[in-house]
Amino acid sequence: MSSPLVEVQDLNVRFVTRESTAHAVNGVTFSVQPGEVLCILGESGSGKSVTLRALMRLLPANKARISGSIKVDGQDVLALDAAGLSRLRGGLVSMIFQEPMTALDPVYTIGDQIVETIRRHKGGTKAAARARALELLELVKIPSAAQRLDNYPHELSGGLRQRAMIAMALSCGPRLLLADEPTTALDATVQIQVLILLRKLQADLGMGTIFVTHDLGVASEIADRIAVMYAGRIIEEGPVADILANPLHPYTRGLMASTVHGQSRDRDIDAIPGSPPDLRQLPPGCAFAPRCAQASGDCLTAPPEPRYPAPGRMARCVQVSAKTPEFA
Amino acid sequence: MENLSDRGGPAQPLLIAKDLRKHFKVKGGAPGATVRAVDGVSFTIHKGETLGIVGESGCGKSTLARLLLHLIEPDSGELVFDGDPVGEMRGISVNALRRQVQMVFQDSASSLNPRMPVRDSIAFGPHVHGKTKAESSRIARDVLVKVGLKPDLFGPRYPHELSGGQKQRVNIARALAIEPRMVILDEAVSALDKSVEAQVLNLLRALKENFNLTYLFISHDLSVVRYISDRVLVMYLGAVVELGPVNEIFSRPKHPYTVALLASRPSMDPANRIEEPPLTGDPPSPIDPPSGCRFRTRCQFAETVCAEVQPVLGQWNDRDSHIAACHMRDPASGHSRATEVN
Repeated sequence: MSSPLVEVQDLNVRFVTRESTAHAVNGVTFSVQPGEVLCILGESGSGKSVTLRALMRLLPANKARISGSIKVDGQDVLALDAAGLSRLRGGLVSMIFQEPMTALDPVYTIGDQIVETIRRHKGGTKAAARARALELLELVKIPSAAQRLDNYPHELSGGLRQRAMIAMALSCGPRLLLADEPTTALDATVQIQVLILLRKLQADLGMGTIFVTHDLGVASEIADRIAVMYAGRIIEEGPVADILANPLHPYTRGLMASTVHGQSRDRDIDAIPGSPPDLRQLPPGCAFAPRCAQASGDCLTAPPEPRYPAPGRMARCVQVSAKTPEFA
Repeated sequence: MENLSDRGGPAQPLLIAKDLRKHFKVKGGAPGATVRAVDGVSFTIHKGETLGIVGESGCGKSTLARLLLHLIEPDSGELVFDGDPVGEMRGISVNALRRQVQMVFQDSASSLNPRMPVRDSIAFGPHVHGKTKAESSRIARDVLVKVGLKPDLFGPRYPHELSGGQKQRVNIARALAIEPRMVILDEAVSALDKSVEAQVLNLLRALKENFNLTYLFISHDLSVVRYISDRVLVMYLGAVVELGPVNEIFSRPKHPYTVALLASRPSMDPANRIEEPPLTGDPPSPIDPPSGCRFRTRCQFAETVCAEVQPVLGQWNDRDSHIAACHMRDPASGHSRATEVN
């Protein structure tokens, strides 16, 4: 196997204020191969977006305390200076967001914003950059692309804005694309269009992709692997088909049971009782134990170590058989 | 606060909405530009049922909910609540209607007063409707229990001290506090995490059973609508395109838009991913929507007749009918597929 595009080791992010400390990310370790799509799946407050932002150092430096190691294409992201970071962002790594309206600059046309990004990273003439911008709008299948170049973000529909943001993210040929719920704000018929487009672009361009979502359905359409986060930890990881067919962690099982998808109308949905823990006061043991029907005494003392029950599978639960992997 | 009794009997629909219309002027737009948010919508809600309304953003589903309570004044159209015309001399007043129909909104935080403990927010309604302070407080305690929140623990809290799911339970409790007969749930579970959404859906089902409620359930999430609704109404750009029993709509959709909406749901099966999007483009703007059938600009079957004549829905006040506003469903329309499909 080639060397991974992304290697994250024991990432911790704490947000420190005068009153309290929120433990947003607690010992997250994962890797992404070139050309692979990893979906980070989790509910609000699970640390999925914070993890993604840490990869690009987008968290406020005065509040966020980051430890651990993040390597993208061999570069130590946490050690980069300002100039290095600005080469990384939009060049090697780029990001698309949930709200294109707030991610795009409202007072510049789509074309100007893409041209600026291209010239900042690759140089060249304005005319060449504009030609490239037009190519990009066509690549993301924006109709009448030449006219759209001169549109302001507010003149585009939600789906077109999201496509414009994808075009901008792709403008400098990133090797890693970070996507933070890019289809969540879109209507159902538009969401599937953007998902299919992203899947195709990712495969054609061979980009490694980390796709953050709360939606199992979206993950089933785009992921190669899924990492499920809960209270700042990855509690289960594996190939998408295996996780959907055979979830190992009680939280993943509960999440799938409580996702409404063709359940019988005559009975209650198997909801997970309670709510996620307060990140300012995490329990000492497994963070899911207070909501878990199978929790035992072992769960309350220390967070479970990762276990590897099958090739490519990981789960942090004492119920999972503790085979030690030769392959890990 | 008098007890609300069934006036019209079981066969009388609880709510009849007839040809409701609301156009908004576009500020700073071209002269005469109007958003046709709700453009001639008719339907009935029967006693004890849940009517689901689905549609994409801008289809007018939330405006419709607000028209039903006169939170937005309709331009035209009729509302009949349990046999009584709303806002007319011989009928019931808008205030009396609001006493019988309550609403729960999507944003659980902005629907609560941030400077009021939630028990006071809940007690406010009964008090306004004539209960004494002491009675209202007792009611607030009762409904908190009913939505699964301990009154002593949660009653004194302020909204910011509650999670999203707990805030939405409070909003449901507040709606129930004046013992309404119908509750409009406008994307009431959409902002919640999946595990919490499931809890709230279970709660809504139990409350409906226990209090003999009728629901209007508005959502963009087809799976949730399928789970909770008895009948479903599909909207597109301010108009109803399809109406029918939930199983009919999901197993034999009649309108090409409903078909596309159903096919746009993720597969949940990585081995059988959706390869081609069922529709291209976004819904057009509700400002000056397409002539004739509004869906024709995205419909693969559109013909000349679709641009010229607006298709009609048909027998909308019949409880069991499954109808679609599509020329392909009308053998007399002149659409080339009209005979083939039926």
